[in-house]
Amino acid sequence: MATISQDNHGLRLAVRYLVLVLVAVIFIFPLVFMVVSSLKPDQQLLSDTGSLRAFLPVGDIGLSNYTHAFQRAPVGLFVFNSVFVTGLTVLICLLVCSLAAFAFVFLEWRGRAVVLSIILATLIVPFETIAIPLLLLVSKLPWIGFSGIEHGWLNTYRVQILPWAADGLTIFLFVQYFKDLPRELIEASRVEGATWLQIYLKVVMPLAGPVLATAAILKFLVMYNQYLWPLIVVQDEAYRPVMVGLQYFFQLNTAWGEIMAYLSLITIPVLAFYLVLQRAFIASIASTGVKG
Amino acid sequence: MASSLLRSDRAGWGFAIPAFALIGTFIVLPFFFAFYLSLTNQRLISPNPTEFVGLDNYRSLLGVAVVTLEPERGDDGAVLRDEDGNIEYPSLRSVTRNDDTPQYRGMREWFRWSSGDDARVVIARDVVFMKALVNTFTFVLVVAPCQAALALGLALLINQRLRGINVFRGIYFMPVVVSIVVVSLLWRFIYDGQDGLLNNLLSGLTFGLFQPVDWLGNPSTALGSIIVMSIWQAVGFHMVIWLAGLQTISPTLYEAADIEGATKWQRFRFVTWPGLRNTAVLILIVITMQCFALFAQIDVMTKGGPLDSTQTLVFQAVERGYGKQDISGGSTISVLLFLIVLCISLIQRWLTRERT
Amino acid sequence: MNIRLTAFATTALGAIWGAQAFAQTELTMWYHGAGNPEESAVLDQIVEEFNASQSDWSVVVQSFPAGAYNDTVIAGALAGNLPDIIDVDGPVMPSWAWAGYIQPLEIDQGTIENFLPTAIGRWKDDIYSVGLWEAAVAMVTRRSVLEKYDIRIPTLAEPWTRDELDAALEAIQEGGEFDYPLDLGMAWSADEWYPYAFAPFLQSFGGDLIDRSTYLESDGVLNGDAGIEFGEWWQSLFDRELVPGTSQDPADRDSGLIDGKYAMSWNGNWAAANAVEAFGDDVLFLPAPDFGNGPKIGAASWQFAVSASSDHPEGANQFIEFMLQDRWQVAFSNAQAVIPATSSAAAESELYAEGAPMAVFYDLSKEQALLRPVTPGYPVMAKIFRKALADIASGADVADTLDAAADEIDADIEANSGYGN
Repeated sequence: MATISQDNHGLRLAVRYLVLVLVAVIFIFPLVFMVVSSLKPDQQLLSDTGSLRAFLPVGDIGLSNYTHAFQRAPVGLFVFNSVFVTGLTVLICLLVCSLAAFAFVFLEWRGRAVVLSIILATLIVPFETIAIPLLLLVSKLPWIGFSGIEHGWLNTYRVQILPWAADGLTIFLFVQYFKDLPRELIEASRVEGATWLQIYLKVVMPLAGPVLATAAILKFLVMYNQYLWPLIVVQDEAYRPVMVGLQYFFQLNTAWGEIMAYLSLITIPVLAFYLVLQRAFIASIASTGVKG
Repeated sequence: MASSLLRSDRAGWGFAIPAFALIGTFIVLPFFFAFYLSLTNQRLISPNPTEFVGLDNYRSLLGVAVVTLEPERGDDGAVLRDEDGNIEYPSLRSVTRNDDTPQYRGMREWFRWSSGDDARVVIARDVVFMKALVNTFTFVLVVAPCQAALALGLALLINQRLRGINVFRGIYFMPVVVSIVVVSLLWRFIYDGQDGLLNNLLSGLTFGLFQPVDWLGNPSTALGSIIVMSIWQAVGFHMVIWLAGLQTISPTLYEAADIEGATKWQRFRFVTWPGLRNTAVLILIVITMQCFALFAQIDVMTKGGPLDSTQTLVFQAVERGYGKQDISGGSTISVLLFLIVLCISLIQRWLTRERT
Repeated sequence: MNIRLTAFATTALGAIWGAQAFAQTELTMWYHGAGNPEESAVLDQIVEEFNASQSDWSVVVQSFPAGAYNDTVIAGALAGNLPDIIDVDGPVMPSWAWAGYIQPLEIDQGTIENFLPTAIGRWKDDIYSVGLWEAAVAMVTRRSVLEKYDIRIPTLAEPWTRDELDAALEAIQEGGEFDYPLDLGMAWSADEWYPYAFAPFLQSFGGDLIDRSTYLESDGVLNGDAGIEFGEWWQSLFDRELVPGTSQDPADRDSGLIDGKYAMSWNGNWAAANAVEAFGDDVLFLPAPDFGNGPKIGAASWQFAVSASSDHPEGANQFIEFMLQDRWQVAFSNAQAVIPATSSAAAESELYAEGAPMAVFYDLSKEQALLRPVTPGYPVMAKIFRKALADIASGADVADTLDAAADEIDADIEANSGYGN
């Protein structure tokens, strides 16, 4: 008896893994292509794309594309800029959006519905629509800096961060997630006399692991891949992010191998961020005392 | 009692003001300006002063009419046909460039159908915009349900407690992480009409019966190819959102279902799916909005071609605004896009409203 | 004691440094060379020598990647943030001049006397920009291929006629050795390639993008008889499968000729170095065919201009004059394989001197080059034309497409009050 069910179990397990692996192959091949191509010289790279060799590290492989990429563009600087801007934006965004979502879901206040509607409506607005008006706006905005009041935000870090610090999608994510949290906890805390801030910090946020991780990675992704906005607001090379840096590699004689090397390098921070956060996607509900 | 406990204007506004101020300043304000621009003839580069033109831009985008073309007749009054047997009609320019019908000037043919011997032609002031509209709607109608369902399937797949599941979680998210440059390069090679991977695969599977197709160069397959690639690329994004939603379902509910001997399907239908309600609303609305904003793939792979079969609204807005330097035209398309998506979202919200 | 000494030293140093800074006024310059180390090296050298050669001006360069350069300048102009010196792509220059981004140059006419006429940016009787080099396009192929298929090798004096070109392509196609006989580069759909490379064909047929006597009307010129004849020939290239279409893989464009996929390639001097390296003495750079109205190729590459908002136009002009010297043309030419703007510079360059492998390009540029329409409406016209070409290549009706394109160009000109013409 026991033997049969054990076999059955083993077979079902094998099938599950098979499905997982098949699907994985479909999703991983671009990454494989990119990394493998970054090791090949341009000529071979181009002729290999006609066959399955594109995914195999064969032929004349080496790291010369990487060294050339560093010579062509200040890769380290760009990665730093991107990680700095993206990281700061994500932090501010998580804070500001979760606060707002908290107010929308758990509090009742005048104007709540209107403000929420306006914020959700902004989801519809694609960035290209407002790029030029926004450019005109930030070129005139004042800022209180170390040297007094300055005008114009161009060529700074803040112009790459603040316009993106709050967005409708993140707020929507938090709102829908908070709606699923048990109300009784909130009400109980209120009865005990807790302030809203305390409830936010001590009751809601600890339960928000999965949505924080989700919002963080999605925001990171969007910010890291930005191209149009940094292009039009930053002229100084010192502030450029990675996607503008990518353009350095598209010359009249395109250096495909270096492009693959550059892309492989700049994908690392995003990948690392995702892998670190991944574990936080899956909360262990049992340990947080939520009863169903 | 609950009401007065939860009511707090000060706290409510206090918590919401940072986000609202940021969004108001950096998105709402510029959008109103863009709306204002759509009522002018603002150019990107021009020393000419900007003039207010009212709804002209909207008229030039949305103008549509139907005209009837009568067939060419010979001297004896019989209908003339060409060598393939098709009825010959006068050129459309005889109508659109006719001084008798000045309202049709500048319009072009969108599509036509036959009504008896006559041809009924729908003409539009901006045919490319109309095609973009149709393509975008097609894209949304196909991609939204497919991508949402696939993403849910994947989320369920990786929500299992298996050894090494983390590796798979990482891999399924890869297409979203990898740059559009790599993705488009790869898929171009997959779709290549001569040597592409897809053609080779299909040829191999059918033992040579399958004829190679120029996926991106053929107007009837181009949009479909973009659809498949887009779903593949973005499904990881929504998988992650579904996953967050799955976490809010208490395991005790699952345990209760198991105790009562529920099958996998029953578990899904009675425990999982109801718990995903809020997430489903989010996904539906977000996917729809993102589908309407289709741009990057078109810009990198097909530029709206071949023969406008992959034109989309945002691509037209960018082409108009930056490419043809007509900022007011680009803004007009953006405003129209906004209104369309707003209507659809409102309908979606109404359909998925909480029924108490 | 120590503090006072340090303070004194600091003040003294500050004064000296300040005085130095006062002596040389800073001139900012934007250039499109980021990511191109060879090009940037030449420009850096020019700047260094200029700064050292006089004490009034000090030029500082900010480099941008070429693909993003135009967008950056436009954004900079909108934000009121342009430098003193900018470089501008030839055909776009009238648009920027009309919009008030750049001002006419004030340099000694003698310095540009011997320049290729297309390297000088003129609009409405003013010179707004000058370039140190030109770019040309040619048919790149191998002598052995032409000899194998018994095809006459055309010369500048006797280029191929349309019939000869068609016959040659069909002969190669019948041989079955290549995927396609000719590669026109349809994969380069992003930027200026289509108008730059293919409008000359249209012009050689007798048509054009616009009526150049007034620059106000395109109807009858783009979609006139010559235009339609061109359109039908253009469409036939793709119908007869002589040329890969718009779905061409960009990787194939880069490597196809060398890999043996294509017999001939319509490409520019920037790609010639690879061909010379691959084919050695077997390489041939053939002139454009003559479709009836004389053979034509595109002209005008990047040129230097002074921005209208500059506070120091005298300094900017001085720098530009300094740049125009022969030795800098030679330096750029050797670094990037571009054609020097004067024959004296060409004679000293590695690739364009008498007998050098690419010398023929200089003559091509001199004889066959025709500027793209010199009007502020060009950027929009180029986009419309690009789409028309792509649509016709994909099978759209030739007359309808050209009619629609001409109409659109005319409408755009009207909407801009004639673009100052």
